[in-house]
Amino acid sequence: MVTTGKPPLLEAAGISKSFGPVEVLGDINLALEPGEVHAIIGENGAGKSTLMKILAGHLAPTKGELKIDGTPVVMAGPVDAEHRGIVLVHQEILLAPDLTVAQNIYLGREIRKGLSVDDKAMNKGAAEAVRALGIDIDPNIVVGRLSIAQRQLVQIARALLVPHRVVIFDEPTASLTLTETDALLRVILDIKKKGAAVLYISHRLPEVKEIADRVTVLRDGKLITTRPAEGLEPVDMARLMVGRDVAKLYPDRVATQAVDYALEVEGMDVPGYAHKASFRLKQGEILGFAGLVGAGRTELLEGVVGLRSAHGKVKLNGKPVHFVTVRDSMRAGIVYLSEDRKGKGLLLAQNLGINLTLAALGQFLRGMLIDRRKEAKALDGAIAEFDIRTRSKDLLAGQLSGGNQQKLLLAKMMLLDPKIVIIDEPTRGIDIGTKEQIYKFIAELAESGKSVIVISSEMQEVIGICDRILVMRNGHIVGEVTGEHMTEDEIVVLATGVTSREAAMTAAHA
Amino acid sequence: MTDTTANKSAARRSLGDIDLRAVAPFVALAFLLVLGALVNPNFLGVDNLLNVLTRSAFIAIIAVGATFVISAGGLDLSVGAMSAFVAGVMILFMNTGVIEGQIPMLMVAMLLAVGVGALCGLANGVITTAGRIEPFIVTLGTMGIFRALTIYLAEGGSIAMKAPDLRAAYRPVYFGNLFGVPIPILVILAVALIGAFLLYRTAFGRHVIAVGSNEDVARYSGIPVNRVRTLTYVIQGVCVAIAVLVYVPRLGAATPTTGLLWELQAITAVVIGGTALKGGVGRIWGTVCGALILEVVGNIMVLSNFVSEYLIGAVQGAIIIIAMLVQRSLVRRR
Repeated sequence: MVTTGKPPLLEAAGISKSFGPVEVLGDINLALEPGEVHAIIGENGAGKSTLMKILAGHLAPTKGELKIDGTPVVMAGPVDAEHRGIVLVHQEILLAPDLTVAQNIYLGREIRKGLSVDDKAMNKGAAEAVRALGIDIDPNIVVGRLSIAQRQLVQIARALLVPHRVVIFDEPTASLTLTETDALLRVILDIKKKGAAVLYISHRLPEVKEIADRVTVLRDGKLITTRPAEGLEPVDMARLMVGRDVAKLYPDRVATQAVDYALEVEGMDVPGYAHKASFRLKQGEILGFAGLVGAGRTELLEGVVGLRSAHGKVKLNGKPVHFVTVRDSMRAGIVYLSEDRKGKGLLLAQNLGINLTLAALGQFLRGMLIDRRKEAKALDGAIAEFDIRTRSKDLLAGQLSGGNQQKLLLAKMMLLDPKIVIIDEPTRGIDIGTKEQIYKFIAELAESGKSVIVISSEMQEVIGICDRILVMRNGHIVGEVTGEHMTEDEIVVLATGVTSREAAMTAAHA
Repeated sequence: MTDTTANKSAARRSLGDIDLRAVAPFVALAFLLVLGALVNPNFLGVDNLLNVLTRSAFIAIIAVGATFVISAGGLDLSVGAMSAFVAGVMILFMNTGVIEGQIPMLMVAMLLAVGVGALCGLANGVITTAGRIEPFIVTLGTMGIFRALTIYLAEGGSIAMKAPDLRAAYRPVYFGNLFGVPIPILVILAVALIGAFLLYRTAFGRHVIAVGSNEDVARYSGIPVNRVRTLTYVIQGVCVAIAVLVYVPRLGAATPTTGLLWELQAITAVVIGGTALKGGVGRIWGTVCGALILEVVGNIMVLSNFVSEYLIGAVQGAIIIIAMLVQRSLVRRR
């Protein structure tokens, strides 16, 4: 970073933000210099997204002011911020699935030729914009047919199309694979080289270490420190974020000695996603499903529990069962926690109590009536047991941070008192402190004799908590790794199908 | 100590942020009552008010059913045509005279009407869920079917109750009163109370809200989404039938114009009442209030000379649009 004596590109001076009586950000001072990558890290609920929304004009600060080139400004909204050269790349995908890549990239700023739109020019521009990100996507393809990762990249291409001086990335790599992440990090370094400032929010601390020039740590709405990234190791960052030592993320485990199988799946076909998949889950075991995004892990297990049409044999405690709908598997003691918390796990627009009891409402009936007192008591219990941090019990589920939503979803499904728990991407988009809690919880489930299946794209995670890992590729279970062999290398080889030499190169690259 | 303060502040906050939308229809109604009083001193007379309430009965009762359909994320455009069809079938049955005695005949005819209404609703529900077709299209189709069936049954004319004594026996259901309260008003109250109980206090009601909020979440939570959806249409059908029970004694006939534009009024009442058209929020009492607002507006138009009463449909159409705008702005303010 260069100190030129010029005022910073964008500066937050004493910014505070309150929602009602609750202050979520207090007295934040932050300066973005041209040509720097500035990372903001912090646990969920630390105030990162609020700060970002203020910087990008989505929210107005309660106190303090924003300065651009040293001049105080009041931003009227995100469009105003964009005109001033501040663009935000959202974490969620905000694209129209039925339009093409080019149409999305130019949505709202179409290139015109007379009265009609100039598709040729837009396709060309879009192809260049996408290529600049180091990926190869046909601009004519409909966005709905792209993978989540590709959509994320299209979204980035769209954001970078406007003249920008400050680019804010909100966890852009959450759904990207290693290679895609790599490509994105190169793009970010490129933006930096051109003299713009990059504000980078991520949970993946090694990434932060790799590209950030400076790191700002937020905790409970306060700015803890801003430091040069040099000499700051990921473990130090984690300590600063959480405010205590987090050397041990994964709980100690002794793999189960049980010989009985809780669940046996044989020749399971989920049309279009999984083929002839067979696996067995022991009592008290934590079984991991690893593989690349799109390998068919989610679909296979959704097929097993009756959420998708599927054919194959399923045995529960040795007895053949057949689940037509997910209600059948729930009654049999299997719960599935979707990776899509916001879309399939929780009713974001409803309150915590309604969400908590939704799957187990039968337990809260007195005759025909819902026993609201019992419901309120269950919510108190869940908040205490799962450490759900909420400023009020009347909050809507959508107002909780990602980590607390996951805890609420866990609490909701545990009300069913399941014997087998399937958790899909248990810690996606969740901060380290909460991750640790969730890992501990998963380990406790197994210790209490329940069997757990963890589907995860984070290899560290499956290696850290699972007793045994199955790897899927293109809809097939292609291998199993246990004990000593549970390493990233082994999993990558199985997941990608490339030779170990190529895999080693990929790994070295990452 | 900290607990109680937390509770108090929570209560205050919920007053601050949810209640605006719930209260808005009642404020609007109060405003209209004041306006009515200013326009015509007779407006606030007990007779006129009871009259207005009585006349709102059909729409209010149907709209309670529509609250279920809409808060589950559905829509039923067929309620008007269904009313005419149920009324026609009921009258034709009474005209057969197959049952001796007026009271038994009326009872059986009423049961039949409710049964036919429930079946019509079931048809809407099953086609929507099993056929996976947009409810807008399904009920647009059944609207045409019910309307045409009515005209067919009436052979192009109207279907009138033939037996004068049976008609006389049935009359009190619309024109009679209990302790001075007209029967239709009591029916509104009963239907709304049962509706509120179902929607707010039972597991079924919770499931309706969940399905309307996010169908995927409901499915992943093990809720039988299709069954819940279908049941909301059945409830709608039963509500239509109950409205018909009150409607038939009023004119003693079903005509090709019976129930015309009732779907517009019912949906308007629901929307004015604060139920979200995209589902996930249902307000029974708001709906009843919405139905009253529609009738009060009509009444004020008749009593005053501001606007020709022939334009009532236009005014009601404008009200639904304004109601949506108000809802939108209240959401934004949150």
